[in-house]
Amino acid sequence: MAGIVSVIVDGIAYGMLLFLFSIGLSVTLGLMRFINLAHGAFAMFGGYVAVTLMNGYGVPFLLLLPVAFLATGLFGAVAEKLVIRHVYPMPELQQVLFSIGLAFAAGAVANIIFGPQQQPMLLPGWLAQRISVLGIDITGYRIFLIGAGLVAAAALIALFSYTLYGARVRAAVDSRRTAEGMGINVSLLFSLTFGLGAAFAGLGGALAVGFLGLDPTFPLKYLVIVLMVVAIGGPGSIAGSFIAAIFIGVIDALFKYFVPEIGGFVIYAVLVVMMVFFPKGLAGGRTA
Amino acid sequence: MNSVTSSVTSSVMRIGIGLPLFLVAVASYFLFPGQLGLIAHLFILAIFALSYDLLQGHAGVVSLGHAVFFGIGAYTTAILGRHGVSDPLVVLVLAFLVSGAVAGLLTRIVVVGNDLTRLLVTLGIGFLFFEAANKANWLTGGADGMPDFEVGRLFGLYAFDFMGKTAFWYTLAVLAVVYLFLLLVTSSPFGVALRGIRENVRRMHAIGAPVNRHLAVTYIMSGAIAGIAGALLAQTSRFASLDMLGFERSAEVMMMATLGGTGSIPGVVLGAATFGYLKDMLSVISPKYWHLGIGIVLMLSVFVLRSGIAGALAGLARRMERRA
Repeated sequence: MAGIVSVIVDGIAYGMLLFLFSIGLSVTLGLMRFINLAHGAFAMFGGYVAVTLMNGYGVPFLLLLPVAFLATGLFGAVAEKLVIRHVYPMPELQQVLFSIGLAFAAGAVANIIFGPQQQPMLLPGWLAQRISVLGIDITGYRIFLIGAGLVAAAALIALFSYTLYGARVRAAVDSRRTAEGMGINVSLLFSLTFGLGAAFAGLGGALAVGFLGLDPTFPLKYLVIVLMVVAIGGPGSIAGSFIAAIFIGVIDALFKYFVPEIGGFVIYAVLVVMMVFFPKGLAGGRTA
Repeated sequence: MNSVTSSVTSSVMRIGIGLPLFLVAVASYFLFPGQLGLIAHLFILAIFALSYDLLQGHAGVVSLGHAVFFGIGAYTTAILGRHGVSDPLVVLVLAFLVSGAVAGLLTRIVVVGNDLTRLLVTLGIGFLFFEAANKANWLTGGADGMPDFEVGRLFGLYAFDFMGKTAFWYTLAVLAVVYLFLLLVTSSPFGVALRGIRENVRRMHAIGAPVNRHLAVTYIMSGAIAGIAGALLAQTSRFASLDMLGFERSAEVMMMATLGGTGSIPGVVLGAATFGYLKDMLSVISPKYWHLGIGIVLMLSVFVLRSGIAGALAGLARRMERRA
């Protein structure tokens, strides 16, 4: 029993990271119809920022997170402004090719700079110790991850539901033309939103180093599962992505733990089945 | 009707390009006798790229999991070889049938849905088969691959030699057959219907064309031909391994078709050959520089080389004509 609970906690923590990785992709796909197979590269960027700062300059852990968030967000916004916005109007094949190229190149650059090995990250003592909750031992870091994921989800939902910026984004998702006609600067909105999505991925990447590890294969390794979150959650839906991420994280953890022979396999079967029966995701239809 | 006759004449013209390509391929046997293994590998890549381009370039279906069929062809060859079925041509036909059959089973879930779900489904299928092959140790050897299986003599006469002489002529012959077959298919009324689907699905539905059946037939053909390519690689390298159905190979086949110019049969052959040669060159230096190089080339290709090598050559030809 205790085994199941701790596996589920693991799965939820994993799901929180998946949510952070995928939220930017979900919003860019919903808003700009841009299929960004390289979104994982932003998470990797955040991870390397965190590792470099911690191991090279001894920056404390809690300070790393906002720095990784801001640095990746800035990087994403600049990349959007300079290159990526020219890819939006292209047919999807070109988008796929461009972003696969970007993912390969990002992995290669990381490999050239940091080498192919896993990056070490020493968590502070208060996160590494085990905490006993209702008689079950849970690493502090998992609880921290779950807390961070909840805070991020709440902040994002608040941002998109209750602010003017959020209303503008929702308007542009529903009908770009009408939004532009009403004087919303959609192109600026795109840059901001892309940067925001990248920033959350970067935060996720920084948080992931101590849990999933970090190496140059990161963008391709989590590509499928991140796409799954977006597809199942429904592109452009934050709550949908959140639920889908937790669902996938828990399923993956349960099967990998209890049925390791077919563990890695189940999650892809879930994707195929979901896509056949719910082609528009659980949230359904908003971006049809 | 007009477009059919014009596409027939254009297919004659395309054979016109195919002939010098074929002669260059034959000449390479005498020019680079030490590189026959590599050249045979390039022919195999060309077959694989052609199979994919039938799907993407002609029917407009983007797939991120095409290596599944390549891998199934390779594993079929290896497994048959272990069980004593080793005549190369028999194995080739069986690999063709098996991967075509698997494509047939998958076609219902691939053909339905819009482009984004199709991308995800093909991606998911690709990883599904990869994981399955990884876990089915008893059948596929898992991560170690299948190194030793029997490959018989071609026509019972020509063994696959260390120099790659048999492999060279064998793969070239199969490439020529596939090339001509695809020329026929794409210039037939069926090929015209595919182009119609690529250009405007709605209109094809409106004129009553059986769109889903056309796409299903294309998917099966494409998968079966990819299976041939995989079988050829297994036969000539005497090895079948997980990387033959991995995501990287699926991405590579897209890159080859794009580099050559999707929708152009000779272009795709050139693209595959260029890609394979560059990969061989750059991988010797270092795989990470290979990934960086291919990444940059892909990103640039979206902006500058939209129609690939074929497009660049066509542009050049137009310029020459204008000058003359």
